[in-house]
Amino acid sequence: MKYIEPHAHMVSRTTDDYERMAIAGCEVVCEPAFWAGFDRRSVDGFHDYFCQLTEHEPKRAAKFGLKHFSWLCINSKEAEDVKLAEEVIALIPKFLNRPNVLGIGEIGLNKNSRNELRVLEMQVDLAARHEQLILVHTPHLEDKSKGTRLILDVLKSDKRIQPERVIIDHVEEHTVELVLNAGMWAGMTLYPETKCTPARAIDILETYGSEKIWMNSACDWGVSDPLAVPKTAREMKRRGHLAAAIEKIIFQNPKTFLGQSLHFKI
Amino acid sequence: MTKQQVLDLYFLDARNKLIELAAFLDRVERADGKDDFRLKAFHAALGELNGGKKEKAKNVLLAFSDPTTEPIAQAAVKGAVGAFPK
Repeated sequence: MKYIEPHAHMVSRTTDDYERMAIAGCEVVCEPAFWAGFDRRSVDGFHDYFCQLTEHEPKRAAKFGLKHFSWLCINSKEAEDVKLAEEVIALIPKFLNRPNVLGIGEIGLNKNSRNELRVLEMQVDLAARHEQLILVHTPHLEDKSKGTRLILDVLKSDKRIQPERVIIDHVEEHTVELVLNAGMWAGMTLYPETKCTPARAIDILETYGSEKIWMNSACDWGVSDPLAVPKTAREMKRRGHLAAAIEKIIFQNPKTFLGQSLHFKI
Repeated sequence: MTKQQVLDLYFLDARNKLIELAAFLDRVERADGKDDFRLKAFHAALGELNGGKKEKAKNVLLAFSDPTTEPIAQAAVKGAVGAFPK
């Protein structure tokens, strides 16, 4: 079954993963900018990373028949250095017209600090000024509930932000309702140990419905599975979900949200 | 799905996870030294599984969560440990 992988950090994955994803039915992969596992020491490091996301990685994906799109930002894990964040944010506009760029992301919070919040506000402003879609990362584990509330407060307080042009990612049972009630899209991340398992993600779909919601693997350099979306589709089938309902979640819904970007042509 | 279908699909998996959880608690109790706030949070979360309470997964997640509402002054670390010291 064809599917869209709406959140994957392919720069951290091998070409074997691209091949396995293509064989499993992946047609499109979308890559938010994220933390490299270490702090970059200058704005030049981000410049090179944005070139990698907008020039090199689409070519690498194309070798396996996949369309590749990207999101640009400075990640919240690097937001304590506000001066560096300002320099990176000033760099982003010149990349926004590149044909595979979908918007600003994954912005958000990590430890819910004041500087993270300040940098989040700066990047929400950047998205508003350039009429970009927004992809939001919510914090991990014990920080997620508080962080999601703080993020929603920032987004709701900026009247330029249209909720339907925002996706809040990594929702779980304690945050999904907050996001959907705010009129925003919700992303469920399928991880082997943290975030959602396939069974729990389907529980959330069965509880909250299938509108404004998608699933992604968020595969990166950590413990993660680039085939998590098709594996969850298989689990949906095992639980009796019809093919059309599965396709809505793994293909039509991400296509609908991402299609709000003029660059998303598939 | 019917309750029977859910049991057919997930009972063995859930049984296995419950035994793993029990073995983890035995392992901690058997070990030397002091525990910390994570074990306290774990026991608090276990309380959410009892009886006929609704939204067990949501309430377990909230039992591990930071209940405060103000941003912290500075992020001293990048990682999360899975429980908030209450």
